[in-house]
Amino acid sequence: MKAAVLVFPGSNCDRDLAVALRAAGASVSMVWHKETALPEGTDLVAVPGGFSFGDYLRCGAIAANSPVCAALKTHAERGGFVLGVCNGFQVLTETGLLPGALIRNSGLRYICRTVPLQVETAASAFTSGYDAGVRIDVPIAHHDGNYVLDADGVARLRDADRVAFTYVDNPNGSVADIAGVLSGNRRVLGMMPHPERAADPALGGMDGAPLFTGLIDALADA
Amino acid sequence: MKARVHVMLKDGVLDPQGEAVRHALGALGFSGVEGVRQGKVIELDLADGTSEAEIGEMCEKLLANTVIESYRIELL
Repeated sequence: MKAAVLVFPGSNCDRDLAVALRAAGASVSMVWHKETALPEGTDLVAVPGGFSFGDYLRCGAIAANSPVCAALKTHAERGGFVLGVCNGFQVLTETGLLPGALIRNSGLRYICRTVPLQVETAASAFTSGYDAGVRIDVPIAHHDGNYVLDADGVARLRDADRVAFTYVDNPNGSVADIAGVLSGNRRVLGMMPHPERAADPALGGMDGAPLFTGLIDALADA
Repeated sequence: MKARVHVMLKDGVLDPQGEAVRHALGALGFSGVEGVRQGKVIELDLADGTSEAEIGEMCEKLLANTVIESYRIELL
């Protein structure tokens, strides 16, 4: 499985994401934001956490309009897989590949701690490594993780089983406790928690690892 | 020519920063502040003849996220 990790000025989880993907068996290349094409044969584009372009204007807004994101959109529209973590989730909502938006945490504070999540669906390549309903502990680290979507939008996500993860104790005000959402074709996942920070025992947890191993197994079978 | 773009969170979207400002005004003794909404003002220095439609496109594509924000264009 070939993964491309995008790198923007201000990305700071790009290498962590590459380490987690390689540990799960992917071959990974790092792709700078000025590139207009993805490496040949890219199966998965991973959009990392961080503070792309200093979070200027809105988190993820400038990155979403960078040259590499035009290639990202084409990849997704062709049915390619995309994973956006934290700032990467913000980028994916800004591109319109995922619904909703992420605004300032309801408590206004930057939150950096490990939180319990519930896996809401196992029916996607990203969540196939989990059983639906299980609880996992994954770190969050964000100031703007408050997921906003109108009631109709939330109902549509629920009806289509597109909520991937929810917070057990909502830390940031997200509507319907939503921590991660899938696209309509279930091949684009955006999530605020950092599975790559829970994919090595030395980092204090392995609950994020099944996301990467499950994804790579699912793509190998495809 | 210059234009000013006002970007605000839409009415239905809770504004955590505006709420914090409202509380702080209350703490300073200003009673009767029933709501605060915080937005952005973006000033554009434009080539003469830039159309309002073009500025609208800038807003739709970048300056505002119309999922959560509304915008108003003021030509100066």
